[in-house]
Amino acid sequence: MKYPWKKLLPRYLILTVFMLLVLLPLWGMFTSAFKTGVEVMAGPFSLPRELSLQNFEQAWRVGRFSVFFKNSVIVATTVVVSSVFLSTLSGYAFGSLPLPGKTWLYPLMLIGYMVPFEAVIIPLYNFMDKLGLTETLWALILPQVGLSISFGTMWMASFFENAPEELTDAAAIDGCSRWQTLWYILFPIAKPAVTTLIVLIFMWTWNEFLLALVMVQNESLRTLPVGLAFFQGKYTANIPLMAAGAIIVALPTILIYILFQRFFIRGMLGGAVKG
Amino acid sequence: MARVKYRYPGESRWKGWWYVLPALTVYLLFTFLPILETIRTSFYQWDGFSQQKTWIGFANYLEIFSDPKFHNALRNNLVFVIFYSIIPILIGLFLASLLSRRPIPGFAFFRTALFLPQVISMVVVGVVWRWMFNPTSGPINIALNWLGLGRFAISWLGDFTWALPAVGSIGTWVQYGFCMILFLAGMQRIQEEYYEAASLDGANALNQFLHITVPSLRSEIAVALVTTIIAALRVFDLVYTTTRGGPGESTMVTGFLIYRSAFMLNRIGYAAALATVLTLIILIISLLIRRYQRHGVEEDA
Repeated sequence: MKYPWKKLLPRYLILTVFMLLVLLPLWGMFTSAFKTGVEVMAGPFSLPRELSLQNFEQAWRVGRFSVFFKNSVIVATTVVVSSVFLSTLSGYAFGSLPLPGKTWLYPLMLIGYMVPFEAVIIPLYNFMDKLGLTETLWALILPQVGLSISFGTMWMASFFENAPEELTDAAAIDGCSRWQTLWYILFPIAKPAVTTLIVLIFMWTWNEFLLALVMVQNESLRTLPVGLAFFQGKYTANIPLMAAGAIIVALPTILIYILFQRFFIRGMLGGAVKG
Repeated sequence: MARVKYRYPGESRWKGWWYVLPALTVYLLFTFLPILETIRTSFYQWDGFSQQKTWIGFANYLEIFSDPKFHNALRNNLVFVIFYSIIPILIGLFLASLLSRRPIPGFAFFRTALFLPQVISMVVVGVVWRWMFNPTSGPINIALNWLGLGRFAISWLGDFTWALPAVGSIGTWVQYGFCMILFLAGMQRIQEEYYEAASLDGANALNQFLHITVPSLRSEIAVALVTTIIAALRVFDLVYTTTRGGPGESTMVTGFLIYRSAFMLNRIGYAAALATVLTLIILIISLLIRRYQRHGVEEDA
């Protein structure tokens, strides 16, 4: 059953209004990055007169966004790879293996999934300080892996729990070990679940702020969000430059979101109760 | 119901533990034990540097509950709940019910755009909206001046009355698309016959919405409530980048109070107590809402 045009039109209108409310601020910021200060004042949402990349160049070099970008890539890659690997292993145990003590182990892991970074940041800082890891990227990576594992384990466990039994039974009859069954039989069919996990953990890590703010003071170890926050303090009035910085921070997650949209939305709607 | 897990012949029953152990170790060290340590620290007075930690029992908690700064921050968090949770859920329900049930050609495009704020760093969101609210060069005041409403063109983020709703409305901007898409996904489940039967009984659109749509979306509403309320209670990045709690204490929130007490004022024990209270509030609210959700599922069954 389809809507007749007369009924579709008002629906499109209201949807467009709410969509523009979301897009206009982003559009304004995006175009500002290509403008001069005078141009921004003249018309905040107008198209730039010429596509000058000067602001990006200045943010990238003078604003040291190249350094922040490198740090963010290192942190995000390490966190994603190690969390997904460890979560797959533990999720497999929770979902498919006999696991004595599972009844208390499961809620124990679940707590990390509900607790915010604010709850752990103070002792984490002292702990990292004792280990001599503050002022290193490890101080950003390790806690983020810990927190991601909590969600990742639940996520992968629910996948393995529902994996077709015939497959694993057949593998067992053919003499596959548990390890082989996991990596050769189950992992290949887990691609959608793993992709969702990858994009979510990537996004959380890329956008993480508090941990990165607290753990390193050294400017050359800052990640993009913290770099941008300090950059804003310095160049408040220079809107085109700020806009260029903001785009460098936001573009990677936006691109990945657009490419993997269905995984993103499925993951975040699937009870991913996490900010 | 969970399936019974069979062991392979000759396999140790502890095999699963080898798979859990690496993840569990990292989780315990960097997430779980720090939670316990936060609770322990909350019973001490400590400046973060000196060797001397003094056990003071519940004194930090007593101070929190009589501290007007905490009352103010918590009240601001509750105002954020209205902007982060209540308003977006209402907008989401309105938009979802507007579209309901029949496919709209080209909807995927709208969905992509509406969900976008969810994937952007809150620091970027803060930067964007600081520009939007900028008293002289911000689009909001430019628009107000253009409309001849120049006397309403105030310094939004610097105003004692308007800073809080201004920052809060950024939360609304972030959350409503998420709520709407969540509800639309849930509405796919509702059977058309309910609405047909209701129309035959003469129920109007509003009644259908209140008596069919909303109850059927119970589970989605619960997820939206948990997600958005938690976001409102732990808000930090956005406040840090837009107002730093100011002007005065007018946009101060608990998350920022924790940060300030721990890392600027060196009151570690006090900050830990604040963190414990905030975490408890979040846990209790999540559990209550989950309970409401499960209750609904049982009723349906």
